[in-house]
Amino acid sequence: MSTVVLLTLTGLGLAALYFLVASGLALVFGLADVLNFAHGLFLSVGAYGTWWASGNLPGAGASGWGFVLAVIFGVVCGTVVAALVELVLIRPLYSRTIEQVLVTVGLSLAGVALLQASWGADPRTYPRPQWTQELTEVAGARVPNDRFLLIGAAVIVLAGLLAFLKFTRIGLVIRAGVEDRSMVTALGIDVRRAFTLVFAIGGAAAALAGALGGVYAGSISPTGGSSLLIFGFIVVVIGGMGSVVGAAYAAVAVGLLQQFVNYTSPGLGDICVVALLAIVLLIRPQGITGKVATS
Amino acid sequence: MMTDTAVTPGGTSTPAKRRWHPARFGPLVVLAVLIALPYWSIEIPGVFDTAINKPGTLQLLALCLVFGALATGYDLLFGRTGLLSFGHALYFAAGVYGTDVLITKAGYPLWQAVLFAVVGTATIAAALGAVALRTNGIAFAMVTLAFAQVGAITIGRDPGGVTGGEEGLPMDTAKVPDALVGVTNTVNLYWLAVGVAVITVLVVHAIADAPAGRVLAAIRDDERRVGVLGLDPYRYKLFAFTVAGGLAGLAGAMYALLIGGATPHVAVSDQTLTLLVMVVLGGPGTRWGPLIGGMLFTYLDYRLVSFGRSDAVDSLPGVLSGPLSQPLFVLGTVFILAVYFFPGGLAGLRTRLGPLARWIPDRR
Amino acid sequence: MTAILDISDLSVKVGGSHILQGVTFSVQPQGVTALLGRNGVGKTTTLKAVLGLMPRAAEITGRVGYAGASITRQPTFRLVRQGLGYVPEDRGVFAGLTVAENLRLAERAGSTPDYDTVHGLFPELRKRARQRAGTLSGGQQQMLAIGRVLLNPNRLLLIDEPTKGLAPKVVTEVAAALEAVAAVVPMLLVEQNLAVVRRMARHAVVIANGRVAYTGGASDLLDYTEKTKALLGVGKGEH
Ligand SMILES: Nc1ncnc2c1ncn2[C@@H]1O[C@H](COP(=O)(O)OP(=O)(O)OP(=O)(O)O)[C@@H](O)[C@H]1O
Ligand SMILES: [Mg+2]
Repeated sequence: MSTVVLLTLTGLGLAALYFLVASGLALVFGLADVLNFAHGLFLSVGAYGTWWASGNLPGAGASGWGFVLAVIFGVVCGTVVAALVELVLIRPLYSRTIEQVLVTVGLSLAGVALLQASWGADPRTYPRPQWTQELTEVAGARVPNDRFLLIGAAVIVLAGLLAFLKFTRIGLVIRAGVEDRSMVTALGIDVRRAFTLVFAIGGAAAALAGALGGVYAGSISPTGGSSLLIFGFIVVVIGGMGSVVGAAYAAVAVGLLQQFVNYTSPGLGDICVVALLAIVLLIRPQGITGKVATS
Repeated sequence: MMTDTAVTPGGTSTPAKRRWHPARFGPLVVLAVLIALPYWSIEIPGVFDTAINKPGTLQLLALCLVFGALATGYDLLFGRTGLLSFGHALYFAAGVYGTDVLITKAGYPLWQAVLFAVVGTATIAAALGAVALRTNGIAFAMVTLAFAQVGAITIGRDPGGVTGGEEGLPMDTAKVPDALVGVTNTVNLYWLAVGVAVITVLVVHAIADAPAGRVLAAIRDDERRVGVLGLDPYRYKLFAFTVAGGLAGLAGAMYALLIGGATPHVAVSDQTLTLLVMVVLGGPGTRWGPLIGGMLFTYLDYRLVSFGRSDAVDSLPGVLSGPLSQPLFVLGTVFILAVYFFPGGLAGLRTRLGPLARWIPDRR
Repeated sequence: MTAILDISDLSVKVGGSHILQGVTFSVQPQGVTALLGRNGVGKTTTLKAVLGLMPRAAEITGRVGYAGASITRQPTFRLVRQGLGYVPEDRGVFAGLTVAENLRLAERAGSTPDYDTVHGLFPELRKRARQRAGTLSGGQQQMLAIGRVLLNPNRLLLIDEPTKGLAPKVVTEVAAALEAVAAVVPMLLVEQNLAVVRRMARHAVVIANGRVAYTGGASDLLDYTEKTKALLGVGKGEH
């Protein structure tokens, strides 16, 4: 029983990471049709930004409020990079989808190389606040606190995103744009302005995933973003390509499946996740929800 | 787009002109030069570290040819059928590991191992393609990426001690013909690599020139219209996917021989991304672009490492010398610029360089 | 009388097929101009080309003038903000949004949305404000699509087959509403239902084989059954 609880909470923690990566991917893909390979870079920027800040930024540190400040710094870095990428590299290629994907591919290669040039290819030890390493007893299971940190962050981001999409004007434009972009422009709305915002939001969520993923893993490396990114893609496809809520469901399914199967046989869980993807696609090529941002 | 056959008002092409076009013979001349290369001992300072017929340089050239061939096969999907697969590394890795494992672990003779590896890779491609091709566009890209990820994970986990995990699997050279083992025999591997490139180019060009190739091109341009004509795009796409998989397996087998084993990095997703870079730099859907793009990329990837270690770069301030010592930083940046400024790749340059255009073969 | 919309030599080519080959006509600043032609002749394409809504792959040449200025290559949203209202074929309502959200989306900074007019014409939209647009009937969706455009001031409306697929009673309802609108704003109306055309349109433009085959009075065209038949095929909706 306690193993089941531990596995469930760890699986949900993993799901939280996947969701943070996938929510931005889903919005960017849903609205702008861009399959964003540079998303893993935003994640790495968040991780390295936090790591750097915890050692160098005045007031920031490896524990307590200092760490919170470091994470904020990392998230801001990821957000700024994502917004810049959209403004400088993606926007000039508006509606040329393949070229946009190619540019993000080039960016992901160059970006990882740049991180390597700056901080080396080897993993760096990541600051882990003491509290995250302590155990909390839940139904007989002793669960490391970082699981709760991840789950809490993802729930807050999910709630915040949904509220943003539901209650703001730009959220309305995004939801409509995910459904039918050209019709939004035909109502006199400059939908490209929403693109930058969606990139920035996605970059922030990915950077948060990077910052918290470092706590979970204990170390970060320049290529760390790309494997999380692949599972992020899988979650986006299963969740219906463009749906935030779909991404949340899919993240939970993928995280739990992976964790439980990997417990019985290491490595098999990852393969089961891809099998799940294949099955979902065979049954419903559109994923589990249609292309509606909040369904 | 210009054509290399002049079209008279009546609509028939003039074969006389075609016969004398340099593009017809250019490739043969280049092939002859490639075959003869090991007999020359010229030094080209700045381009190669050693004389051209020294093992180090031949090894590099062979590597370039392998990736040129791999990119050519990949372009059958990307440039000629319009399929954006992000999982091609899987089939390359299947060729590399298939050959290596069959030789080293199962004790097969080389030729049999290569044959089985290539056929096996094509079979895997057919099976996975059958699933992935039920989706389109971006979903297809993600699904192929996910499948390839399974390959990378499997190789990394070392199931049954077969793949050697993170360490990789050095090839048991005792079971490889002596003529292909050892530094002194690099030249034979080089010729073999030329052969692999030739086979790949012949297969891809044969398909492109056949009726099936025109269907693939039509799928790329507008899939719905192919459906309207009563042809099933799915079957043609699966055919292209399977052939491209088999060709990647062949290139993988050659790579395993050349490197003398297998390492897990051949399976990672970046491998496919670099393939895409090669094809786009060379010119997707062109006759020779992907081959040239693949060779050039591999060459630069290798040379930029030594360029990055050179004094010229070291003497630059840290902000510059750091990134410049990373080949992928330079190549990624070049790639982004190319997407903006040279959408047709190297092969597209000819339209900009008017007079030179005649000397570069035509886009199909 | 200078035209509000002036299309000259408009050609559209998509994937090797010439859809339009030099279409030239203009839309008068008063009343309804009907844009007619057989199925698949390029009526929708004409409207989309004017608005810059054709896919990137389409090659478009020619000139389009709107209110005296050239609008070739202007982004869609800017044209719409200049008072070019568009109601697309198949309505283009956002199925996942509620009726109220669909309307709210069309609101523009700097102008007060005219809900009185919209709700006056289509009281149903007020009653169903919280319903998801995807669950509306075809007629209600059409009303929403038209209402969305009428929230803002328009100088010309481009309306594509507003009665397509509607029950006869609903056709009358929608046509009546459009007639009321047309009293105030000029309209370029694509319509297959010739009874509706007869009732509303003053001018008519017929496209055939990628070119304009007729321009002139709408009744001049429709009164001659033979001419109508030759240009439009069987006169659908004629009694
Ligand atoms: N994006 C596109 N790609 C290829 N062909 C297209 C495209 N858009 C339109 N067409 C073709 O152009 C022609 C004209 O289409 P259009 O929709 O403008 O006709 P229409 O006159 O509005 O027809 P209908 O009365 O049925 O609405 C059709 O044959 C259509 O198939
Ligand atoms: Mg139409």
